[in-house]
Amino acid sequence: MGAIASAVVAILLVAAPASQATTPSPTQPPSNQQFQNSISGFLRDDTRAPLEGVKITAKSGDFTGTATSGANGSWRIGVPTQGTYEVELDESTLPEGIKLAEGQANPRSVTFSQTSNLSVIFAFGKGIVVQQQDFGQNLLNRLVAGLSFGLLLALASVGLSLIFGTTGLTNFAHGEMVTLGAVLVFACSAMNLPFWLAIILALLGGGLFGYAQDAGLWRPLRRRGTGLVPMMIVSIGLALAVRYIIQFYFGGATQQLPFAQSAEIQIGPVSISPNNLWSLVISAVVIVLIGIVLLKTRLGKATRAVADNPALAAASGIDVDSVIRIVWIVGGVLASLGGILWAYYRPGVTFDMGSQILLLIFAGVTLGGLGTVFGALIGSVIVGIFVELTTVVGLAADLKYVGALFIMIVVLLFRPQGILGRRERVG
Amino acid sequence: MDFGFILSSAAGEIFSPTTAAYALAALGLAVHFGYSGLLNFGQAGFMAVGAYGFAISTLSFGVPFFVGLLIAVVSSVLFALILGIPTLRLRADYLAIVTIAAAEIVRYVVTTNQLTAVTGSANGLAAFEGGFYGMNPFPEGSYFGMNNRDFFIRVIGWGLVVVCCVIVWLLMRSPWGRVLKGIREDENAVRSLGKNVYAYKMQALVIGGIVGALAGMVFTLPRGAVQPANYGTELTFFLWTCLLLGGMATVLGPVIGAMIFWVVLSLTQGILYGLIESGAVTWLTTVQAGQLRYILVGIALMLLMIFRPQGVFGNKKELAFA
Repeated sequence: MGAIASAVVAILLVAAPASQATTPSPTQPPSNQQFQNSISGFLRDDTRAPLEGVKITAKSGDFTGTATSGANGSWRIGVPTQGTYEVELDESTLPEGIKLAEGQANPRSVTFSQTSNLSVIFAFGKGIVVQQQDFGQNLLNRLVAGLSFGLLLALASVGLSLIFGTTGLTNFAHGEMVTLGAVLVFACSAMNLPFWLAIILALLGGGLFGYAQDAGLWRPLRRRGTGLVPMMIVSIGLALAVRYIIQFYFGGATQQLPFAQSAEIQIGPVSISPNNLWSLVISAVVIVLIGIVLLKTRLGKATRAVADNPALAAASGIDVDSVIRIVWIVGGVLASLGGILWAYYRPGVTFDMGSQILLLIFAGVTLGGLGTVFGALIGSVIVGIFVELTTVVGLAADLKYVGALFIMIVVLLFRPQGILGRRERVG
Repeated sequence: MDFGFILSSAAGEIFSPTTAAYALAALGLAVHFGYSGLLNFGQAGFMAVGAYGFAISTLSFGVPFFVGLLIAVVSSVLFALILGIPTLRLRADYLAIVTIAAAEIVRYVVTTNQLTAVTGSANGLAAFEGGFYGMNPFPEGSYFGMNNRDFFIRVIGWGLVVVCCVIVWLLMRSPWGRVLKGIREDENAVRSLGKNVYAYKMQALVIGGIVGALAGMVFTLPRGAVQPANYGTELTFFLWTCLLLGGMATVLGPVIGAMIFWVVLSLTQGILYGLIESGAVTWLTTVQAGQLRYILVGIALMLLMIFRPQGVFGNKKELAFA
């Protein structure tokens, strides 16, 4: 634990100046254009001291962007489209005595995968050869990263599944609830609020959004007796509206939350970034809490009763509307938390980050069984691990979501009720 | 602000090839959802299959136009079968999730760098429309202010819309169409009459998918390029908005819906940009004005569904849901 703590402190020290320097460097002053995608990295020599004033160029077709590394060694080039770029480090601008390590291709061709930010690492110094990870090591690392990803997916899926279970709604706007959490943290940090306060406000905001959705939209629709399919389409409209409202205020660029840049640390045989480790611990703790609440408390029992049969629950004296309201609030808070963790996992905040994982959330929920909370948990973890593991066995990084979606379709073919679902739910 | 220009460009949208593509794709959705009750959230996937099926067969294999067309249609049929086999026996929302996932799979696969040689990755493919414009019977010149290429694609696009509308109209008033509507109303009742519900649903999925693939080709030909970013989930949701605007269980509804959709988008863009340029609106940038339009699309979709689910022309009795 001491190692983690000291590593976290080190990260804080490194990231503090970086967070102020996250505004995109003026790569194209005349057009003053903010591109959605960027190529970035940190330049440090073999003693990990930052290298300042090094010029880096990215080229693709007739586009050329340049950046010069800042005082903390960071550089960032905004690029118009995700694609393949030729990145070249101008070795004549390197400080004296610093050379690229052996085997470091320069210029080199780099390609975007799913995210809108691409990190490029240039290693410096004599005798440093970039480590080639062996297969087992890589597998273990991906497994842990996948677990971390799966658990953050589970946070969002548990909310989606609870909402589906209690109201029957397949909520396509859940991705926007995820985005909202990360965007709120970014907005609060941009207003120079302390980090812990930003997190709390974002979680509250998520809960409030869930409550407002239920009170302002879904409860009136339920009262009117609107069918499930129209409600599903309404949720699509809501998703579109909220997504573009977020873009309206937030813009199309990728932004970083505080402390987003972190070096990997070694714990036993696994190397993991401290952010991923935190994410894993936080989501695991929260999910255990949810499980305890659902299984042991009156509220949990009431929720499960409503999910099982709303009419019967109402007849036995459970206030169905208030249970559904609480489910929406909790779902909003969980989605918000998932969004914050997702912003660190990617890393980066964009207006469409939630809709990017919406289908993975659906995949997790469907895999586990629609409407079952623990199924959603298991399903999401499987999806998360699967997404990460497919890159180990040779699937290209930009196809890693395909594997998860494909598995979902295959599972529906053979076991449509999902892993924990009951046959009668399939209908 | 130049109202003449704003109005004329909005009017130009009524018969633009993109509107024709939207009308066709929405017509396919009408077959799926309006007439059969199938929740297809992957129409963008069908369009992508059509567009890429045509572009790849033309570029990679150098086939003539009509063979490319045939390959595109056959690919969309296969796509429909692959989607339908696991999901058509299940509840409606399973089909929704599977179709949206399948459309995204298509988009990821054509975006991946592994297949750049075939699909062109994120940059897409271009220069496959030669065979199509080679058949242009109109000599060079001005037709209603358009050049012969623009005029040709409009004639073909809207010709396809008319042909498909007539076919769908004839199908839906045939005994086959009545069974389909019966399935939409009450699946079990139709099953108890001895009809193979599964087969009927599958046929509907295939027919709507073929119309979607044709829409994908009409969408991509005037651009002369096909890019994966155009075939995201947003496209499907816009098509749903068109469908619900016009009326889901009607033949002309999707067509009129697509026209209204594009005219309104063009009008709001013209007016907002005009207001920004004239300095009357200072709290918006032109980029934000573009986003404001899509916020309005989302809100319109919600309001339509809540207050007028039958759309402009629809009959409330003919809704695919109670």
